[in-house]
Amino acid sequence: MLDPGPADLHAQQPLLQTVGLTKRYGDFLANDEIDIEIFPREIHALLGENGAGKSTLVKTIYGLVQPSAGELRWQGAPVRLSGPAEARSLGIGMVFQHFSLFDNLTVAENVALGLDGKEPFKAVSARLADVARDYGLPLDPKREVWQLSVGERQRIEIVRALMQNPKFLILDEPTAVLTPQEADQLFVVLERLKAEGRAILYISHKLDEVKRLCDTATILRGGRKVATCNPKSETAASLARMMVGAEIKEVKPPTERRTTVPRLVVNDLTLAPAELHGVRLQNVSFELKGGEILGIAGVAGNGQDELFAALSGERLVKEPGTIIIDGLACGNLSITQRRKMGAAFVPEERLGHGTAPRMRLSENALLTGHAASDMVRHGFINAAATLRTVDRTTETFDVRKAKRDPEAASLSGGNLQKFVVGREILRAPAVLVVNQPTWGVDAGAAAIIRQALIDLASAGAAVLVTSQDLDELLEIADRIAVMFHGHLSPALPRADATREKLGLLMGGASLDQKEAAHAAGA
Amino acid sequence: MLLVEAIILSVLAASTPLLLAATGELVTERAGVLNLGVEGMMIVGAACGFAGAWVSGSIIVGALCGIVAGMLTSLIFAFMTLGLAVNQVATGLALTILGIGLSGLIGARFVGERITTAPKLSIPGLTDIPLVGRILFGEDAFVYLSLALIIGVWWFLYRTRAGLVLRACGDNHVSAHALGYPVLRIRMLAVLFGGACAGLAGAYLPLAYTPFFIPGMTAGRGWIALALVVFASWRPGRLVIGAYLFGAVTILQLHAQGAGVGIPSQFMSALPYLATVIVLVLLSRARTGGSTAPAALGTVFVPDR
Repeated sequence: MLDPGPADLHAQQPLLQTVGLTKRYGDFLANDEIDIEIFPREIHALLGENGAGKSTLVKTIYGLVQPSAGELRWQGAPVRLSGPAEARSLGIGMVFQHFSLFDNLTVAENVALGLDGKEPFKAVSARLADVARDYGLPLDPKREVWQLSVGERQRIEIVRALMQNPKFLILDEPTAVLTPQEADQLFVVLERLKAEGRAILYISHKLDEVKRLCDTATILRGGRKVATCNPKSETAASLARMMVGAEIKEVKPPTERRTTVPRLVVNDLTLAPAELHGVRLQNVSFELKGGEILGIAGVAGNGQDELFAALSGERLVKEPGTIIIDGLACGNLSITQRRKMGAAFVPEERLGHGTAPRMRLSENALLTGHAASDMVRHGFINAAATLRTVDRTTETFDVRKAKRDPEAASLSGGNLQKFVVGREILRAPAVLVVNQPTWGVDAGAAAIIRQALIDLASAGAAVLVTSQDLDELLEIADRIAVMFHGHLSPALPRADATREKLGLLMGGASLDQKEAAHAAGA
Repeated sequence: MLLVEAIILSVLAASTPLLLAATGELVTERAGVLNLGVEGMMIVGAACGFAGAWVSGSIIVGALCGIVAGMLTSLIFAFMTLGLAVNQVATGLALTILGIGLSGLIGARFVGERITTAPKLSIPGLTDIPLVGRILFGEDAFVYLSLALIIGVWWFLYRTRAGLVLRACGDNHVSAHALGYPVLRIRMLAVLFGGACAGLAGAYLPLAYTPFFIPGMTAGRGWIALALVVFASWRPGRLVIGAYLFGAVTILQLHAQGAGVGIPSQFMSALPYLATVIVLVLLSRARTGGSTAPAALGTVFVPDR
């Protein structure tokens, strides 16, 4: 337990304070004179779009990045952090968004690496078990990390941070990979940490969570602080407005669309994993009609990537009839042949999978468009046609870029994603398979992309959207199925798909027989 | 002396440079760095080791010269791959070519000279035990040193915190950096250790194996050491088995050829490599999970600050 503080938290000295904190990378100001005060017994939200400077700010607080100007004050005294070890010794802990774990080491070894090393390894193991039990975060110290689920991996990060008995804990998007139920468990732990007198800096995109959990919110935009407020007295819309700096276009909900014939059918797809630690697809079946959006929810790493690879033809299946596009069996056909049949695919990773980062947009347009367009004539590239595609995508989807035909890597995440999705939608596909369409994309771009997917379905295409963002699926999908350990649940109609039900399915529970039968019949 | 005893003695002698070089490379690769320049570092170690011993008349000075030469050669590699973030494979290959040329230059003066090789251990009573005496108690210091070294490496990797940090750098350098470990410094020390071991392995050849230096005398042993690390799936225990197995196959095929076994000598010479391929296939089939190779092996790391 730390010192119990008075109830009015602002009556006391801030635990951590930044004064005019600035970080410059060349000409780019990642953080521009940021002032922030964090008090004990406070859960302080840090809000902002991607690129607003949240990561840079917390990396500076954790000693990973040295500020260009301004200062950091810990309990009122200015400090210069030489590195994370020094931050930890002050009492600053951090739970990383992209887990900083070592897959081939055990839980105990991972935890030991995050401590200062003065404690013998056996003592670390024993204390780890104690702390984990105490906070209701069960962990087996001897297991290797690759064997654990995403939720368990996050537990390691949290327990590792707690073992330093921090006064101040930073959590970077902790619920991004959790099921709603796992997130609730996390909130219980966070409330307890707060009651113990610790301060928490909580980074999240999920405004409802912030309103529910946090006492204070600081909002960053373009590297600057735009506001500090009490999130409980704001609405999600007003918070979003401060983050974006403009009104966000509302996505028009899908009107009653008429569904047509099945355009994408998957029959009993079973596929062994291609790589180490991969997921085996088990008897995946579904039917997707024209005019319909089917959402696939699930925690990352439950077979979504494997399913995408099988559907797109990046991996072939032996039995052609397992995958049927517009009535044609194509399980053993290549991605090019499937594109010629009218299918289009947008993978999750936009740099490196969706585009070749160092190639120009026109060349990237060619890479997916060569199969079924006028971009290639008699084996020669029609450069004008590839540029036309770039221009059309730019206009239709509002892709912002510095010149007409830049390298893919030079675009911001949101703009590149608009290009990648737009490039496929403009081909007017009969079937569109898209994985994580708005992952790491700013709210404005996300709205444009979601609207485009709805419009595409309204025009008669079959759209399959895989996403970890339940809100996104509830917003655009007509039916939602859940992927867990390579199994796909029956699809629930949107009206039936509550967050609770989906959360249970994401955690591996199966709905009761009656409900499952109902879902299958719907 | 019995034939069996003679064969075992020659197997131990043939295996020792492989074990020394592979031990160094194992540590380097466990830190996430793939140094393909083992052959180059070895041959430089051989030339400098012989030069040192010839000039000073001391085997110990020769061995130290070999170690220092190996480290200096590996320092070039460390500067290129860690300092300038150059591709590790290309740099390693270039290092081998450089090492072969450099050793020819250094060693040219000494070709044709002879020295007295390292003395064999002799403990009255023990060494004279029939059959096992000479094998266990009659080796040169390098043989015992190589075994002590691999035991030390095992203890370091699995029983010390520094070893854990080194393995962590090889598994995920981004995470190691995020936790505040100096990834590049740790990797540089690992590369230097690899260079020292390779240099010593090279020096073993003219100091204990044969009493003279000839250009190119490592004859591909550096490459076998590299294969051995994979063969051992980056584990010290298996490395010892692998090194002696390779040494044994090398010696046995010589004896088999000498005895007139009617198999083409080229096939026999290829046996050690064939064995590697077979073992690798078996290992990958038997693997139940977990990566055998350090996950960050061969990848360039540039910290952001």
